[in-house]
Amino acid sequence: MSGSRFIFAMARRETRAALRRVGLLTASASIGVGALVAINSFTENLKHAVEQQSRVLMGADLSVSARQAFTPRADSLLDSLACATKPCAALSRVTSFAAMGYVRRTSGTRLVRVAAIEGGYPFYGEIKTDPSGEWARLQDGQQALVDPSFLTALSAHIGDTLSLGESRFLIAGTVLNFPGDIGVRAALGPRVYIPARYLTATGLLGFGSRAQYEAFLRTPDGTDLAGVAGKYRRSLTAERAELRTVDEDERDLKSSYDKLGRYLGLVALIAVLLGGIGVGSAVQVFIRQKRESIAVLRCMGASTKQIFGLYLLQALLLGLTGTALGLLLGVGLQLALPSLVGRLLPVDVTVAPSGKGIGLGIAVGVWVALAFALLPLLGVRRIAPLEVLRRPYEAATRQGRDPWVWLASLALAASVVGLALLQAGNLRTGLWFAAGIGSALLVLWLAALGLIRLLRRNFPTRLRYVWRQGLANLYRPGNQTVAVVLALGFGGFLLCTIALVQTNLLRDLKLDADTSRPNLVLFDIQPDQWSGVESIIKRAGHTVSPAVPIVPMRILSVKGTPVAEILEDTLRRGPKGEPLGRWAFRREYRSTYRDSTVASEKVIAGKWWNADGRLPGSPTDSLVPISVEVSLAAELNITIGDQMVWDIQGVPLATRVANLRDVSWARFEPNFYIVFPTGALARAPQTLVTLTRVDAPEDLGRLQRDVVERYPNVTSIDVSLVQRTIERIIGTVTLAIRFMALLSLGTGLVVLIGALAISRFQRLREAVLLKTLGASRAQVLRVAFAEYLFLGLLATVVGTVLSIAAGWGLMKHVFDGKFRPELPQLLALGLGLTALTVLVGLWNSREVLRKTPLEVLRAEE
Amino acid sequence: MISCRSLTKTYLSAGRPLTVLKNISLTIESGDFTAIVGPSGSGKTTLLGLLAGLDRPTEGEVSIDGLDLGKLTEDERARLRGERIGFVFQSFHLIPTLTARENVQVPLELRGVSDPAQADELLTRVGLGDRSHHYPAQLSGGEQQRVAIARAFSNRPKIVFADEPTGNLDASTGATVIDLLSSFNREMGTTLVLVTHDTDLASRAHRVIRLADGAVVGDSVA
Repeated sequence: MSGSRFIFAMARRETRAALRRVGLLTASASIGVGALVAINSFTENLKHAVEQQSRVLMGADLSVSARQAFTPRADSLLDSLACATKPCAALSRVTSFAAMGYVRRTSGTRLVRVAAIEGGYPFYGEIKTDPSGEWARLQDGQQALVDPSFLTALSAHIGDTLSLGESRFLIAGTVLNFPGDIGVRAALGPRVYIPARYLTATGLLGFGSRAQYEAFLRTPDGTDLAGVAGKYRRSLTAERAELRTVDEDERDLKSSYDKLGRYLGLVALIAVLLGGIGVGSAVQVFIRQKRESIAVLRCMGASTKQIFGLYLLQALLLGLTGTALGLLLGVGLQLALPSLVGRLLPVDVTVAPSGKGIGLGIAVGVWVALAFALLPLLGVRRIAPLEVLRRPYEAATRQGRDPWVWLASLALAASVVGLALLQAGNLRTGLWFAAGIGSALLVLWLAALGLIRLLRRNFPTRLRYVWRQGLANLYRPGNQTVAVVLALGFGGFLLCTIALVQTNLLRDLKLDADTSRPNLVLFDIQPDQWSGVESIIKRAGHTVSPAVPIVPMRILSVKGTPVAEILEDTLRRGPKGEPLGRWAFRREYRSTYRDSTVASEKVIAGKWWNADGRLPGSPTDSLVPISVEVSLAAELNITIGDQMVWDIQGVPLATRVANLRDVSWARFEPNFYIVFPTGALARAPQTLVTLTRVDAPEDLGRLQRDVVERYPNVTSIDVSLVQRTIERIIGTVTLAIRFMALLSLGTGLVVLIGALAISRFQRLREAVLLKTLGASRAQVLRVAFAEYLFLGLLATVVGTVLSIAAGWGLMKHVFDGKFRPELPQLLALGLGLTALTVLVGLWNSREVLRKTPLEVLRAEE
Repeated sequence: MISCRSLTKTYLSAGRPLTVLKNISLTIESGDFTAIVGPSGSGKTTLLGLLAGLDRPTEGEVSIDGLDLGKLTEDERARLRGERIGFVFQSFHLIPTLTARENVQVPLELRGVSDPAQADELLTRVGLGDRSHHYPAQLSGGEQQRVAIARAFSNRPKIVFADEPTGNLDASTGATVIDLLSSFNREMGTTLVLVTHDTDLASRAHRVIRLADGAVVGDSVA
């Protein structure tokens, strides 16, 4: 007991003086903890919001949706489903599709998302309109409610007439908020809501048009949703209609936010681990300062346990302080997050401190402070009382391996793995994360040892004195090369990895700004309208690309198994046991026919057919050869030679997979999952797509208007408009990623300062001696410059090379994207880090310049 | 009583063995005031370190009051020091983060005893009763050494080892320090072992042991 009293009394007195000096330690711990708390708390908030608002998000308790009009059997199933409860559930139907909206008064056209509403949808949540109350009056006449952005884009106002296809609607007001509608969807065009009974008259749901048919049900309170859903799901699925309950939506949404939160949390964890390294360096500096006091205490009879306990307690106190600061920072960040990412979220998030997030933050903060402090702290047990009398002989102090050091290293490694598992939420990701970090540290450690050995064996003796002295500092007794390279290199590695992954992810999303490429897509052109459309475009002075035919179709059977059977079998698995995407079987395919490949695709397996539509080598096959996009083939679990039967507008067509294609989808070009030979589909019902380039925005608007006036069913998309919207959304996402990278950078800077502080005391003494011996301040600075330059270069070069490996691995295995090391970016980062190292190093040496030699030598006595 | 037999200490210096002490045997009686003198590098500080149990000999043994230090673990030796031994060093070695009074209290607090009154009494005894709340940096060299003496005697040790206690002080301050040490030695009956190369200082001791090149070359009692 007596021992612990001493420890507490001493710790209280020592931290009183130490807080200022080891503020670094607290700062290192706080940034990462703050990021972790913010992300985990915000994820909790988000999940809570989804829980609270899931009914509002769906607008109902149950929904049934299909990509085609409900079949008569689906309709009767729906009726019986609605009355499966007593009283019957309220039913509402919504049909959504894209079409051209046209306001004649202003001559404005715009691609809009039309939603034709029948019944009381949405059953939950309130839709605010301007003027207010218009939603309830929507069904009163031939009128429309629109997104405010539609009016802005077309310079229209409430009271104008909106043309949709063959019909005209009075714009009765704007919809200010629609529950569950998120910013991303706005990229597809503004929303227009009309009463469903005027839908047929528009003539827009004719052949080849793409629409989503949905039915929404509000069940009486206390309905067993899962039970009702379970009874009808199978039969509805067979009719290609998907049944979902509000609980399923809630669960899926929560799980995807959870996943997102966990990934962002891993980035935060990197900041935490960086902070851990900072804690380690700070403790090492701290112990170095305390060495003499420790030796005196040992002389006076303090046991190793007392000494160890004393400094462990101080590390714990500082870790707690850092964690508390981190919590404050985290709550602040959490408050800032909604304004950063709120536009991407379908729910209104109420930011509230989450007990779980904060608890985890405290646990992680304290644990990291302890785990990383432990290794340098173990060193205090080795400080001999004799050091009071004489500086230790290097060889004499080197004793056998300390089992506690191994144990502490093991505990540290276990903590990293444990934290990774905890944050990743699954074994595989967690282990990969920990293994990545472990191997990066190993490589850095080996590189530092290698450098020391290389310098010791082949020292460049012909260099000038200041360079020799700076280089020699890296391997001579008391050097901190390993510690600094580890901390600095690891920080650089993480920063470069984040930057590389970000650039590679965003490159895929970056749209082609090439000015010679088409920027207007016209589709849903009926074959008999083609010559008319073509002449409108040509008359306006633009070039027309050849019309690409599109034939809508569905899958009837795959490898002899009818799709209805596949859809009913919920346990169907792929070759590796993964669940198969039912969507791929259920969806409508919009395929084309041609006898050659185009620039954006490449055949990667099998052969293309001859002009006669037959495969080379098998001229007698009665089945039509088709080309399948490679990722779809995986989804459908088919390969070359497999049979598929297609339903083309009621006519079955038996085909055989002839080849697989790799398609570059990122370009705005008509690309297809399935391509047929010309002969097989030329006479099938089809629509046409064409592209053109119009440079001046007013010309583009005029062309769109001319086409829509003459052919209201033809839809045109201004690619540059879509591009701008997507870029804005990407901008928001990037901001969130950059924000995380910035946090890591902040921690990295603290770690850098901490790492360099390790070597500072040693260097200070040497520099002063040099000055005493007649070195000028410039010479002393140049020695320091040389040393920090070499340290910084080694650490950044190794860190950067490691980050290329990590970036490649992450892009390939986690994000499924292509990886290209952005050398200019890496070079800039590497140079920046090296420069920063030198600057911080020189800043650390400034005391040498200020103080006279005698001052320092006296203090060192 | 301190005694050592056939004491030898060898260090590894740049990979080569360097023998600092050779086959030293001696006994110091309780209550005695002994000075160990010799030129720089003669091994006197090493001998003090070994006698105080701060280091282990390469060969030979040291015992304090019949306890063989070689048979004690590192922490058992620390406890022995805490209970029976006090130290005064050339460069004072006060703990810079503690006040004068707190520095004096440390040896007792290590054993779980808190007695600020005793610390104040000792500080008054060394003439620093009014400086108890000052930090080492706020004290002069002589004052720091007086705090160190108060600290050395705060656990009422049987033995006090002093390593060049006046080495960093001017002559008159050094004299005060030696007066304090010898009066404590007389009043408390504490064994005092002093290492110095100052012959004037050594002349105040009852017994002078001379070292040269790691061996005893003279042993005289005044």
